[in-house]
Amino acid sequence: MLNYIWSGLIIISVVCSIFFGNTNDLSKALIDSGASSIQLILTMAGIMCLWSGIMKIAIESGFTELIAKLFSPLLRPLFPKLDKKGSAFQSITMNITANLLGIGNAATPFGLKAMEQLHTLNNRSDTASNEMIIFVVMNTASLQLIPTTLATLRQSYGSSAPFEIIAPVWISSAISLAVALIIACTLNIKQKR
Amino acid sequence: MEFVMPAFACIVVLFGLIKRVPVFDIFLKGAKEGIQLLYTIAPTIMGLVFAVDLLRSSGAVDAICKFIDPAANFLGFPKEIIPMVLLRPVSGSGSTALLTALYSDCGPDSFAGRVASVLAGSSETTFYAIAMYFGSIKVKKIRHTLFAALMADFTAALMSVITVRIFFGL
Repeated sequence: MLNYIWSGLIIISVVCSIFFGNTNDLSKALIDSGASSIQLILTMAGIMCLWSGIMKIAIESGFTELIAKLFSPLLRPLFPKLDKKGSAFQSITMNITANLLGIGNAATPFGLKAMEQLHTLNNRSDTASNEMIIFVVMNTASLQLIPTTLATLRQSYGSSAPFEIIAPVWISSAISLAVALIIACTLNIKQKR
Repeated sequence: MEFVMPAFACIVVLFGLIKRVPVFDIFLKGAKEGIQLLYTIAPTIMGLVFAVDLLRSSGAVDAICKFIDPAANFLGFPKEIIPMVLLRPVSGSGSTALLTALYSDCGPDSFAGRVASVLAGSSETTFYAIAMYFGSIKVKKIRHTLFAALMADFTAALMSVITVRIFFGL
């Protein structure tokens, strides 16, 4: 999909710049974008390494597992059919916890494992089960507690209080997640497969 | 709120010390993974910053914004974030590129800057996550997953405007 979006963006840009008479700006942007992308990557690099390092400590010391245990009662009602001690539910809690802590690259392997285990519990191999829908929907909503990269970008562009958006982010994520879960659960019950 | 990151880092390090793991060695391992991750996403970011910069300078964004403006006004949306609302579910790097473009145009502490920040923090790359997770087990009939997920993105867009208005006035 990104193949089409990316080419689309470039073609639209060139056509529009001719149409609006902005061809000089476009040439300038083309040359500048190399430098600005490197700058963006460098801005993100520091915080990504620092936070990956801290989070590696969280994973290897068992901190994430501790948090996952604390969160599992909250996740129970969403997956009533799953065995509480089963590996599918364990993978799900670890994935959600890793997402909450903002360790995307640790969340993905747990998520893939969870899907695989949910798949073995599913009796129709080409159709998503109710649990899969709930789980994937939770992964498409943002759950991150501390938006580190976001705050870094805000700071590097001169924000006076990079973290001031954290409470609005929590509320906005919580409500959008709630909406998604309500829709998914209602349709799950309605379709009762 | 500015203290949340150092406080969290301190808790994690303390926990590591109590559990007697070699915290600094593990930190180095993790930081290395961070660099590797960055190395793999860097070309994507470059490619999308390039496309977004072209789009911005061509005048196309302004034209789209003018076109959407009445609807955006009706919902109380700052028109500058419309491109981000559209790109956010599809591409993480693309929306980061748009976010930084918006920061340099309007400033991160402007109304549009704050709304864009909240939107970036409270939504995810929906299509990517769905494709990855269902693709991994070759499930094709995803039923209402996409509908529920896109409703979440739409809610996040609305909520980002509402929460910024509540927290920062305007």
